Amino acid sequence: MAIKLAFIFFSMILVNNYVLVKFLGICPFLGVSGKLQSSVGMSAAVIFVMVLATAATWPVYTYLLVPYGLAYLNNISFILIIAVLVQLVELTLRKFVPPLYKSLGVYLPLITTNCAILGVTLLNIGTESLIDPSAPYYTFAEALVCAAGAGVGFGVAMVLFTGVRSVLDRTQPPKSFKGLPLTLVSAAIVSLSFMGFGGLLENLFGISA
Amino acid sequence: MKQKVNYLATFTNGILKENPVLRLVLGCCPVLAITTAVFNGIGMGAAATFVLICSNVVISLLRKVIPSGVRLPCYIVIIASFVTLVSMIVKAYVPALDESLGVFLPLITVNCIILGRAEMFASKNGVFASALDGLGMGIGFTLALVLMSAIREILGAGQFFGLQILPESVQPMSIMILPPGGFFVFGILMALAVFIERKTGKPLPKNAGCAACPAGENCPGNRDEEAEEVGK
Repeated sequence: MAIKLAFIFFSMILVNNYVLVKFLGICPFLGVSGKLQSSVGMSAAVIFVMVLATAATWPVYTYLLVPYGLAYLNNISFILIIAVLVQLVELTLRKFVPPLYKSLGVYLPLITTNCAILGVTLLNIGTESLIDPSAPYYTFAEALVCAAGAGVGFGVAMVLFTGVRSVLDRTQPPKSFKGLPLTLVSAAIVSLSFMGFGGLLENLFGISA
Repeated sequence: MKQKVNYLATFTNGILKENPVLRLVLGCCPVLAITTAVFNGIGMGAAATFVLICSNVVISLLRKVIPSGVRLPCYIVIIASFVTLVSMIVKAYVPALDESLGVFLPLITVNCIILGRAEMFASKNGVFASALDGLGMGIGFTLALVLMSAIREILGAGQFFGLQILPESVQPMSIMILPPGGFFVFGILMALAVFIERKTGKPLPKNAGCAACPAGENCPGNRDEEAEEVGK
């Protein structure tokens, strides 16, 4: 069990990295990765909301939608749960934990429409398993670990890429490549380096995905 | 007469002048993820276009009823309903497309193009204009997807729409249909768009992606840059 959880956690960070391999949450990756402070803040908010959203959506899907034959409503109900949750978290933090609100608060409104959050909740209940029966349908603990891993993976990609961008800022690219095009091409190289982790975990933990 | 010209401009706006992908840089996630084959590109484009037109029409009809304080949740629910509709239709009639789009089909819900158009256009304009805007933006989105997936499929698999284009003896660069190829081709295409822009002498609006994003005002990245510019 513990091995399975560790396997899921590290595979979400390295092999199935949400940003660089699965292309979820590209907008904040390109938009907010300019400064180390903001990329760490954004990643912390994403990890937080991802775990909370999974903790809220998984029981709703398993114990409410599926027994009543409403599984097709997963998309609408999840996005509503996420939107409400983000609002609640924002209000709670502002009232009770002002220092945390100060560092995370500005990133929270951005997160409602972040496809990485909706993506992780949908993947955790096995949206893909409707198509491919062999795809994982996670238990509650596995879903939480998967969400945490996805968030940490997002953070790793953000922080690494902030470093790359601080170097890019000092370069003199051709005029047409200035800004976003150069950022995207260097993201390609970072993503290429993450391809190298393929197969690593199967050998490390001795189980196949 | 003048009305007609405006409608035409509304329609073509999304295809060229404000192409959502290459000019406004909205909705990058599906653009990078599913453009491994032209079939996927057209399917994704069609699904998104349908959702765009329907949600634009409904939001435009309801624009005077929805209180502005809760408008974003309302828009999201309307959009999510149409996305559910589309994904059920696709699952029933084109299961192959459903399989290749995977989670990105339900994720049309949070595509910034759709929410962005709802916020920027449909909430301020009439029904017909909103429908045209949705159609134009959808076609622009589809064209960009097809262009990018054509490049990736030809270079990465030697095929176009499943037909063999390059001779079998040419080894395809399979990196192009892997994730890094997505970033790479998108970067090159965007540089090309900037290049054409500079040659024709019209400067690109700075930071168009952020400015057009529905979360633009709240975006910390945006805020920092503005503060810096003021500081300078």
